[in-house]
Amino acid sequence: MQNHLKWVVAIALITALVAVGGMSCTSEEEEMETYKVGAVFSLTGPASHLGVPEGQTVKMIVDQINANGGINGHPLEVIIYDTETSAEKCATMVTRLIEQDNVLAIIGPTTSGNSLAIIDMVTAAEIPNISCAASTLIVQPVEERYWVFKTPQTDKQAVTEIYIYLEAQGITEIAIITDTSGFGAAGRDILIADAADYGITILDDQNFTSGDTSMQSQLTHIRGTNPEAIVCWATDKESAIVAVDMQTLQMDTPLFCSHGIANMGFITGAGDAANGVIFPAGKLLIVGNVPASDPQKEVLTQYKADFEALYGEGTVNTFGGHAWDALNFVIIALEEMEEGLDTAEARAFIRDEIEQIEGFVGISGVFTMSPADHLGMMPGSLAMIEIVDGEWTWLQ
Amino acid sequence: MSADQFVQYLISGLTQGSIYALVGLGFTIIYAVTRIINFAQGEFVMLGGMLSFTLAISAGLHLVPALLLSVLIATAMGAIMYLLAIRTAKRASAVSLIILTIGAAIFIRGIAGELWGVDFVRPPFFTGRESISFLGAYIHPQALWIIGTTIVVTILLHLFLSYTMVGKALKACAISPRAAGLVGIDAKAMALIAFAIAAALGAIGGVVMAPLTLTAYNVGVMLGLKGFVAASIGGFKNPLATVAGGIVLGIVESLAVGVDWGPFTSSYKDAIALVVLLLILILRSGRLAAEERES
Repeated sequence: MQNHLKWVVAIALITALVAVGGMSCTSEEEEMETYKVGAVFSLTGPASHLGVPEGQTVKMIVDQINANGGINGHPLEVIIYDTETSAEKCATMVTRLIEQDNVLAIIGPTTSGNSLAIIDMVTAAEIPNISCAASTLIVQPVEERYWVFKTPQTDKQAVTEIYIYLEAQGITEIAIITDTSGFGAAGRDILIADAADYGITILDDQNFTSGDTSMQSQLTHIRGTNPEAIVCWATDKESAIVAVDMQTLQMDTPLFCSHGIANMGFITGAGDAANGVIFPAGKLLIVGNVPASDPQKEVLTQYKADFEALYGEGTVNTFGGHAWDALNFVIIALEEMEEGLDTAEARAFIRDEIEQIEGFVGISGVFTMSPADHLGMMPGSLAMIEIVDGEWTWLQ
Repeated sequence: MSADQFVQYLISGLTQGSIYALVGLGFTIIYAVTRIINFAQGEFVMLGGMLSFTLAISAGLHLVPALLLSVLIATAMGAIMYLLAIRTAKRASAVSLIILTIGAAIFIRGIAGELWGVDFVRPPFFTGRESISFLGAYIHPQALWIIGTTIVVTILLHLFLSYTMVGKALKACAISPRAAGLVGIDAKAMALIAFAIAAALGAIGGVVMAPLTLTAYNVGVMLGLKGFVAASIGGFKNPLATVAGGIVLGIVESLAVGVDWGPFTSSYKDAIALVVLLLILILRSGRLAAEERES
């Protein structure tokens, strides 16, 4: 008897659930079904200065889309979760997006470590993921990254841009000084591997540890080898110390840095030692200098104007641009999507559409995806920038 | 290694070593008086630097009052940290108290990260930025300030410990806490003074180095580690030995970059510093154990 009662209750509950589910379906059909996209960003934690503008950018785009009637009449909703820049937290949030929120695609996360941690999850769940993090490994080997794309430039592209510039200047003998942490070590490997392709010899290979307070000894060693240029691969604080120490040692060798110094903090930190430093970065930094003939000019100007209207003068940065590109990939795919697909079909459709993107003009560059290239950033997307009198200036 | 380079390595090493010495002094004072290793020492260096930036740049104070105020605030925070975190733990063992200081360090760093954000900053240089030529090498004016401050602070600390009543009482606690208690020295008051002095020393180091080394909410970790090594080399008892330890560490690190003997390149810089530390610890371990039994 007891058993029977349990069954009756269970069946009653299930019937009720189905009925409620059915009702919600019918009520949504009257309007248009909301397209739900997930996002995971480092809104707090060590990478929050990158994650916050990404979240701000996504909110701005969603408001713009919905104010203009949504995507083919469907409202767009982006569910943003904070990863706290922790791989574990990021994985938890991605699980929630996939299983509870039932989103069609996931954009983010902000950092390479977080991004690499969720590749297996999104691949197993068969959901498209467009990462906003730097590492090349996020989209390579591409056979194992069927569901994963990314929008920021890679270290390799930044190195290539510097080497092309050095080759054009006829500089063949350089010294490198790199951070032993992940970012610097990855840059060092590429600098060493690619040097010969551009006829460049590395005379001295110095390194330092994150948090070191002086690089004078390494620079003294470098001076002994008499290079034509010095390439420093580190984040902004250590790069600023290198610049200040070179000024102290009265070294006038040209200093090239990574795209890691692409923020005003480097200029205020290094003071006038920043002048003359050359580095590759997205064109957003120097949008005023970009000629009207550049394909990105219009998109960059519009994004900067929109973002700064909402969040204040001088707040725009390249990191928000990575999220702009990522969300727009998904929007392009959703615009092409026909009605009536179930979630799994919609996810597969979005993935296929993103892989076919051709000549998309974004913030970080112009993108043409293919099954063999899930970044698809075309050459010329990065600009070489020189700091002159504390201002970024484009070196054509 | 040319002669010019050698002089440059020495000068750079001396500058770095002076920084390590200033951080290390704080470790030594607290350890000598309380037998606690204060792993929050690096955080007071950070506080000194960050406060001097806030007061001198953001609040627009004149440099001298900004520096003095930074050191004063950090000193007060050192005393507060002792009163809130250490004294309240009452009869906890030294090891538990050391773990408490690690907690305090994480707490201070977390608050600083929230208050100041994660970006690095640079307070103004004390006097210009044109480096000075010296025997074929160059030295930054701020580096002269760092070295000079270390010398003055060391001398003042030595005079304080040798010729004032409070200083002598601190020294008595360092030599034998039990005997000091027997002659009526208040060990708790001495511990409070030791924490305040250590915080002041850290903050002085912080304000004087920050214009050259830049500062951020998280610089305390690495500097604390280097200061700890300096204090270990000095044996945690004698301020003069700690200063010597810091300078030796700085110069060894700097010269290690210049080493080019076969497979030993500058990549071994940190390893060389660690080997020096290990050697010293091995040599000292017997003596430290003996001292431990005495007290």
